[in-house]
Amino acid sequence: MAHLLLDFTLPLRAFELELRLAVERTVALVGPSGAGKTSVLRVVAGLAAPSRGTVAYDGEDWTRLPPEGRRVGFVFQDYALFPHLSVRANVAYAGPVGDLLDRLNIAPLADVMPGKLSGGERQRVALARALARKPDVLLLDEPLAALDAHTKSQVRSELSELLRGLGLPTLLVTHDYEDAASLADEVGVLVDGRLRQLATPAELVASPADAFVASFTGANLLHGIAQASDELTEVRLVGGERVFSTDRATGAVGIVVYPWEVSIARAHEDDSALNVLRGEIGSVVEIGNRVRVRIGPVTAEVTSSSAARLELDRGGVAYATFKATGTRLVPL
Amino acid sequence: MIRRALVFLATFVALSFLALPLIAIFARVPPGRLLAQLSNPLVTDALVVSLKTTAVAQALVLLFGTPAAYVLARRRFPGRGLLVTLVELPLVLPPAVAGIGLLATFGRFGLLHTSIPFTQTAVVLAVVFVSSPFYIRQGIAAFEAVDVNLVAASRTLGAGPVKTFFRVELPLARGGLAAGEALAFARGLGEFGATIMFAGSLPKVTQTLPLAVYAAFDVNFDVALAIGALLVLISAALLLTLKWLTSSSTSRFRFALSSSS
Repeated sequence: MAHLLLDFTLPLRAFELELRLAVERTVALVGPSGAGKTSVLRVVAGLAAPSRGTVAYDGEDWTRLPPEGRRVGFVFQDYALFPHLSVRANVAYAGPVGDLLDRLNIAPLADVMPGKLSGGERQRVALARALARKPDVLLLDEPLAALDAHTKSQVRSELSELLRGLGLPTLLVTHDYEDAASLADEVGVLVDGRLRQLATPAELVASPADAFVASFTGANLLHGIAQASDELTEVRLVGGERVFSTDRATGAVGIVVYPWEVSIARAHEDDSALNVLRGEIGSVVEIGNRVRVRIGPVTAEVTSSSAARLELDRGGVAYATFKATGTRLVPL
Repeated sequence: MIRRALVFLATFVALSFLALPLIAIFARVPPGRLLAQLSNPLVTDALVVSLKTTAVAQALVLLFGTPAAYVLARRRFPGRGLLVTLVELPLVLPPAVAGIGLLATFGRFGLLHTSIPFTQTAVVLAVVFVSSPFYIRQGIAAFEAVDVNLVAASRTLGAGPVKTFFRVELPLARGGLAAGEALAFARGLGEFGATIMFAGSLPKVTQTLPLAVYAAFDVNFDVALAIGALLVLISAALLLTLKWLTSSSTSRFRFALSSSS
């Protein structure tokens, strides 16, 4: 299968963006804002010239080609629809419209001007326009950021289905890990112009390369000093508590625990294989059929029914427990 | 109470002062006689000269001013601020200085040694010199207002720089460009000082409508008034066009000064 090969350096204001990456299916670049994510897309599209290296598609060197010479479908963050052209004319600008309006469910909007469209509609027009270009590579810059929470989940599943159907090498950029995990086959974590880790969403959660990656994927991150003892590693937390991990490490470490691996008890059960942290209940937030509970420094995720059974109220005291096998140690 | 009355009085004086000369042009002579004077050869000759020179001058303003405005709006280079100021200088320059400058450039003993002075070409050059800054300055603001993301989008969609200019940037800057051109047109039509110094006031050759007003008022005040009335009507029409252009929702142009940095 044809793929996009990136290996370049681009000097940015605060740091150098340096990237080596092969894109075969959908790769999401995630990271904090200002990490250089959008610049990667601009280099692939030919809108920014790298100081070193190459951009190649299927063995074809694109590095020196102007944007119009590359076959990329670029969906901009604000969608960049031409305000003086109707929906149909926007799509036709890039090439034959064909059945694109029907495929993206915007046929009834064909004669509407972009100024009158909602966020979700704009996004679909921008996608249709990018596809009218008959692109070899799809570039999506924060495709869901401009949408409200309600529209977002629906558009996300539509987009996911569309990307799967197209089967194009796709590079998408987002600051939201959940969006990345649901849309992409591989997720690259970009921080200060460097790729910290590139892995499938599952691998990223299972073995985060460092503390930043872990916290980005939604894990609890605690700090402590590790010391080997017997078959387990003992870590003394900043607050004085001790937790155990099956990972091997010494010195200052980050302790990574995922919310769904933390269970909650109202009384202390003495079980040496279990890590127990006592804390005040800080917040109780319902998300669908789950409840996120903050206990001291740790966030736990439990089902609504068990949350109800435990009578979790803010200000009360509870014990967060998690297994040593579910406690990962990462370099800081 | 007294303060309010004073404010009203000041407003009344200011507005009357501006309106009275215009009203007087139409009030001094009955409309029938005004109309009759329009067939006077002095008037028709001047009208022909004005129309011809204005048409050529404004065509030149559009042809050269549009690329100039575009480059100054889109490119960042050392000395750009200086160039923008240079473009704006004729706006504040006394017309007599423009006239003497044009003579010093195109005169027989000028920098370029030409025989242009006191020809119709000289009228065109004078009009271009004083009116193009209005168009270019407004054009810079209009092109700057076009989102660079739209330009980038156009390029990624397969359009080269030329197609992008004609299909995206020019249509989006159109409102601002048209408003700038309306201002330049009005300024050029009324041009007097630079023209009389650089082109003279030869009937049928370089005598434009404003010059004809000046030439006629010694001889026949009615004719001067008739031409004046004609110019007031044309100017009013231009002003209304300008207002319509700037208020129409499709034109996103700003009436602001272009940044000179």
